[in-house]
Amino acid sequence: MIALRERALISLDSTPSLPNHVRIQFDPVRQAYAVLSPERVFWPNEVSLAILNRCDGRSPVSAIISSLATEYDAPEDEMTGDVTAFLQEWANKLLVRP
Amino acid sequence: MSEPLLPPIGMLAELTHRCPLQCPYCSNPTELMKANRELDTETWLYLFRQAADLGVLQVHLSGGEPTLRRDLEQLVAGLSSRGVYTNLITAGVGIAEGRMQALAEAGLDHVQLSFQGAHAETTERIGNHRGGHQKKLETARRVRAAGLPLTINAPIHRHNIEEVPDFIELALSLGAERLEIANVQYSGWALVNRDALMPDRAAVERQVAIVEEAQERLTGILNIDFVTPDYFAIYPKPCMGGWARDAFMVAPDGTVLPCHAAHTIRTLTFERFGDRSLAEIWTDSPAFNAFRGTDWMQEPCRGCERRELDWGGCRCQAMAIAGDPAATDPACVKSPVHARMGMLIEDALASARADRENGGRPEESFIYRRIAATTQLA
Ligand code: SF4
Ligand code: SF4
Repeated sequence: MIALRERALISLDSTPSLPNHVRIQFDPVRQAYAVLSPERVFWPNEVSLAILNRCDGRSPVSAIISSLATEYDAPEDEMTGDVTAFLQEWANKLLVRP
Repeated sequence: MSEPLLPPIGMLAELTHRCPLQCPYCSNPTELMKANRELDTETWLYLFRQAADLGVLQVHLSGGEPTLRRDLEQLVAGLSSRGVYTNLITAGVGIAEGRMQALAEAGLDHVQLSFQGAHAETTERIGNHRGGHQKKLETARRVRAAGLPLTINAPIHRHNIEEVPDFIELALSLGAERLEIANVQYSGWALVNRDALMPDRAAVERQVAIVEEAQERLTGILNIDFVTPDYFAIYPKPCMGGWARDAFMVAPDGTVLPCHAAHTIRTLTFERFGDRSLAEIWTDSPAFNAFRGTDWMQEPCRGCERRELDWGGCRCQAMAIAGDPAATDPACVKSPVHARMGMLIEDALASARADRENGGRPEESFIYRRIAATTQLA
């Protein structure tokens, strides 16, 4: 029997991480951070990069949000929807492991 | 140039044309190179360093069968030391025990494993290789055991289009992250075998429905990339993301091309790495500049609002079907010769019917990919 993976939903308690087929690295040629994945290269903007860099597999989404709120001096409740939606979208594409 | 020249992101390295399989849709040229024309280890490593300097972030190591290169671990290590993302494109037969682990240790990032069928009988018939399916299953297991991410690649045509649901089950059962349902592109050997490979319209429509349903159902579980069949399309694909726009390929002997079928455009001359540097070829090669951007376009592409979405489609398909590499891709509904696509489908289906009426077995009408078979083509 195969244990089928299930689609994971991002909650405030999830501790997202980057799967091993996804890598963030600085590209000296373009002077920008790139997200490398099997078929595609993404060029995240500053906030997306800040979120992805905090996906260390230990920090819960709630902590990621507070840390971003402090760094960008924005109200936490306003950020919550955007950050969870972003993480869910990346999880749907298997680029973030919830 | 209508837009500034950017550095390339991706490179397909065809390390060898040697392959234990003989797929009749292989994208390799019909004139296959023997081993003695392949670049040696040092030259590939030098080329890879230049590619990284130029801005290449991803290298797809392909062939033929790239694992036939005994120096593959060294090549992977060379790329990995420069932070380049490495993707091994393999047919997964004849790979020695321990090799996947060694490649993973050398820094390999990802493996793409092809299955010619979802069932053993189909895989063996299409690849013309006995026992192939079992070997592939074993390779998939070793890829996972080595901790490497896995994509299953399923090239689709008339003889396996009904197996699409089974390919999805297969990818799930192997624990793959990605599945490519890739309808065969008719260049290379696939063009030679077009009549024997072309699916019918009803089968294509069933396939679209199955894939779309599965993409929805398996969101977040399995990424399904769907490469739709050009001959049934309304608009063309942005082939290679645009000619020499962000990717290129290198043939086993070091010839640098904008895509794997570009050599079919006989009016162009392609340069070899070693005669010139990769940077010089990328920026100055007349063949690379021939169809860059939009300046080369004729009507209807020139005035079309989609010209920077699909870049006029595939130059090689324009050459093969419209007889002019600067024509609109005939897959486009706006192409004056778009109707030829439908006629070619009809021709293929008629030949399939004739085959069946004569009691023929489909594999008997394949010209299998092999070096000696080239003589059959003349
Ligand atoms: S398509 Fe088939 S014959 Fe061609 S390289 Fe791949 S496995 Fe070998
Ligand atoms: S006319 Fe040319 S640019 Fe417009 S959709 Fe067709 S191929 Fe693309």
